[in-house]
Amino acid sequence: MKLVIINYGSGNLHSVHKAFEVVNNNLENPYEIIVTNTPSEILNADKLVLPGVGAFQDCKNAIHKIDGLFESLEQLVIVEKKAFMGICVGMQLLAEKSLEFGECEGFGWIPGEVIKIEAPVDYKIPHMGWNEITYSNHELLINIPQNTDFYFVHSYYFRTKKNENCIATTNYPNPITAAVIKENIFGTQFHPEKSHNNGKKIIKNFLEWEPS
Amino acid sequence: MLKKRIIPCLDVDRGRVVKGVNFVDLIDAGDPVEQAKIYNSEGADELCFLDITASSDDRETLFEVVKKTAENCFIPLTVGGGVRTIDDISRLLHHGADKVSVNTAAVENINLVAKAAKKYGSSTIVIAVDAKKTGDKSWNIFTHGGRKSTDIDALEYCIEVANLGAGEILLTSMDRDGTKIGFDNELLSTVSSSIDIPVIASGGVGNLEHFVEGVLKGGASALLAASIFHFGEYSIKDVKTYLAEQNIAVRI
Repeated sequence: MKLVIINYGSGNLHSVHKAFEVVNNNLENPYEIIVTNTPSEILNADKLVLPGVGAFQDCKNAIHKIDGLFESLEQLVIVEKKAFMGICVGMQLLAEKSLEFGECEGFGWIPGEVIKIEAPVDYKIPHMGWNEITYSNHELLINIPQNTDFYFVHSYYFRTKKNENCIATTNYPNPITAAVIKENIFGTQFHPEKSHNNGKKIIKNFLEWEPS
Repeated sequence: MLKKRIIPCLDVDRGRVVKGVNFVDLIDAGDPVEQAKIYNSEGADELCFLDITASSDDRETLFEVVKKTAENCFIPLTVGGGVRTIDDISRLLHHGADKVSVNTAAVENINLVAKAAKKYGSSTIVIAVDAKKTGDKSWNIFTHGGRKSTDIDALEYCIEVANLGAGEILLTSMDRDGTKIGFDNELLSTVSSSIDIPVIASGGVGNLEHFVEGVLKGGASALLAASIFHFGEYSIKDVKTYLAEQNIAVRI
């Protein structure tokens, strides 16, 4: 089984790769983890991970700059329904559009848009640090107690059109989407790769996930 | 609720952890990777490496230390010290740093802040500011590890780098650093109340009450300390337990 981590120059690629490797090595049947941006290799993947930090538009442009990359993602995730996990901006890209630095189209895989966090003036932006999540039951969140802290760094968030696509929220002080789900597509606003043991649990859950 | 972050800082010279008092009299306090592992398991919210190696030839050891640390610690790692160029930032990120802190180079070339934030995202770029009191509610910044004075006002500088896209400010009081008499909370609150981005308090923490004051009086989003942790005076847990008792939200 192959797990591909998409390399399109994202700053957190190394951290994501390391964390997945450590969790994967403890699995009974570990994946072959490949870091690549080559469409032919992506098309052979059983699971996909899309990291991302920085501005939405920059990430999107970086993906589209690589010939055939987006098309291979679409083939694997939308047509073949392989398990996908987006992290931070890698999750925000799933939206229809983002309003960061003007309007920018996303993948459109999950209905909704990425908007600026609205918080009272004494709340610092970016929302940076450890904050607890509450979630609705899902196998991707098993073995994680409610109100567990995860590490967030962001100024924009994904407001999903449908409640059913938002499976976890955090409060700052208003509710902010912390994780999204749609069939085989999973995404976290927080960084599991930087969220210590509970982050590793999320990664393990994703590695063991078999979306129906 | 967003937690106040406790960040142990390791001053690293040629691959070894050291910590000075008022930036001189360095005392060896161990292996950075081993220390990082301990902090990671003790519940530190982030880690900070400050490379104080003078010679660029010796800086290669830092990349190895960063790489090994990143392989062992699954919390955010900020690395700073001697970061001059976009290429330096890129190399540190590539070796596993999550954020890079820039000090002197940002003062000398303010455009570096905007350029770095655009390329790697604001959240990746920490601007480190060493400030020294010059008068009533007035501080100037120092560069070159606190050795060189400038006539730049610390508050104005912090506002400017925040506007240019810095993700947070690591604000060190030169007057307090190594003194253990507490953070300069006046400096912290003056800066923190004037900018939207988080401010990390640094310099002067000597006891548990100082951490509380940094939050309540200084308005800091995060609290950085070095020697108080390295020599075992207090553990991360001691600090967090104390803050929690004072009703300050921390990750336990």
